[in-house]
Amino acid sequence: MPNSGTAPHPSLPLTPEARAWLDTALTEIATAPTTIRTLFPAVRRHCGRAPLPDGRTVDEAVRALLLAALPLRDQALTDEVGALHRYGDPAEQRAVLRALPRLDPEGTGRFLDLVRQTLRGNDNTLIEAALGPYAAAHLPADEYRQAVLKCVFCEIPLARVAGLDDRADAELARMLGDFASERTAAGRPVPEDIAPFLHPFTTSGTTTSGTTIHGTE
Amino acid sequence: MRIFDPHIHMTSRTTDDYEAMHAAGVRAVVEPAFWLGQPRTSPETFYDYFDSLLGWEPYRAAQFGIQHFCTIALNPKEANDPRCLPVLDELPRYLAKDRVVAVGEIGYDSMTKEEDEVLARQLQLAVEHGLPALVHTPHRDKAAGTRRTLDVVRESGIAPELVVLDHLNELTVGMVLDSGCWAGFSVYPKTKMSEDRMVRILREHGLDRVMVNSAADWGSSDPLKTRKTGLAMLADGFTADDVDRVLWRNPVAFYDQSGRLDLDDTDGEPKPDDTSSFEGNSIRRGGE
Repeated sequence: MPNSGTAPHPSLPLTPEARAWLDTALTEIATAPTTIRTLFPAVRRHCGRAPLPDGRTVDEAVRALLLAALPLRDQALTDEVGALHRYGDPAEQRAVLRALPRLDPEGTGRFLDLVRQTLRGNDNTLIEAALGPYAAAHLPADEYRQAVLKCVFCEIPLARVAGLDDRADAELARMLGDFASERTAAGRPVPEDIAPFLHPFTTSGTTTSGTTIHGTE
Repeated sequence: MRIFDPHIHMTSRTTDDYEAMHAAGVRAVVEPAFWLGQPRTSPETFYDYFDSLLGWEPYRAAQFGIQHFCTIALNPKEANDPRCLPVLDELPRYLAKDRVVAVGEIGYDSMTKEEDEVLARQLQLAVEHGLPALVHTPHRDKAAGTRRTLDVVRESGIAPELVVLDHLNELTVGMVLDSGCWAGFSVYPKTKMSEDRMVRILREHGLDRVMVNSAADWGSSDPLKTRKTGLAMLADGFTADDVDRVLWRNPVAFYDQSGRLDLDDTDGEPKPDDTSSFEGNSIRRGGE
């Protein structure tokens, strides 16, 4: 979605220099989208990384604005965002992952591969960023369950996984139950936050409430 | 004793090393891109390596309370393999990253024509990106190689204070300090440089523009050599402030010229990187 021309970032705590840099960057990207390749990695150095009240950091919020300024659609957008992720450092990759819902407002799931790549990795900060509303809306049920179980293993609090209340099902309850048995047999503690998802689905045929979920079973 | 190791290849080290380094006072490291034991044969494998230096390794280091920065370059040995040369075209993308604090390791291995060209081109990249350069001096024919390196540095037009020549010894330190470049020393169990020789060099040449590193990697090396050098300095009568200057303030001053050495508060216990939860880390816990 191209920038409308009015300042879209009045609430961000930016210095005048940072604000000027951002305004220039947004204009450059809107007119010459490939400039995002050098602007995107430079955000922290120009705008900082202070935490925001909404849980994001300044650099992440600014990177979301840069992505939103890309005047690209369909495959061109997928390719440019994919390359930013491919060559991104973890801070850049987190920003891309958290911006996916806005980059795919039609809900095509075109960026799902970025989520999958991340879930194969071992950086908890990236795994958390990947398991936001985009993953909740688009990951097939079997992959979503595996992702939840991976969070339990990596000790990522389940409260940070989007969509769990809607997508938890009997099979996930079975997997978490088996996990708990294994831990108990080994004399190791069982994370408390799995408890709500262990037993509510005792019969088959439980469905999720989301409408855009594409199960593969 | 707070320690900044300005040259160490953590990719090749274990979590035991990270724990021992933190206990020894190491709070920040720079990991230069270099060759591995096994030669690489395609550009893509470099990109995965660079991604690891920018992603996985800082993440791993953070779990042990150590801040990790890196330098990025095509190393001189693999610069001789034409299959690897396309890496040069992707370097600008990586040199734009926040945690890249220099171009390196560049320099000579066998002093070939190919190495000449790749060294000169990457010094130019350092100038274009406003970054310092970490220059490896060759293990074989070191004195001649160091002289030739200094010639190429001069011709490149990069400011000498933005360049460190590394792995120096008694025969190469003088010409490097005279050139205005920084002098790096890799203290090793057997080769390169020892703690006692290092102390004698510091006595003779002073503490200006000198950095001491462990250059620990996949060979016989020791990530605690920085601390052992600090202890040898104290035993020889250097003050604690002298040690702090060599092992912390000097490397910080050198890499800070990048404008990207975003050091967090170094006091206290291990802290997580950004949003990660230290308590819940799978590396520290034993990786499952």
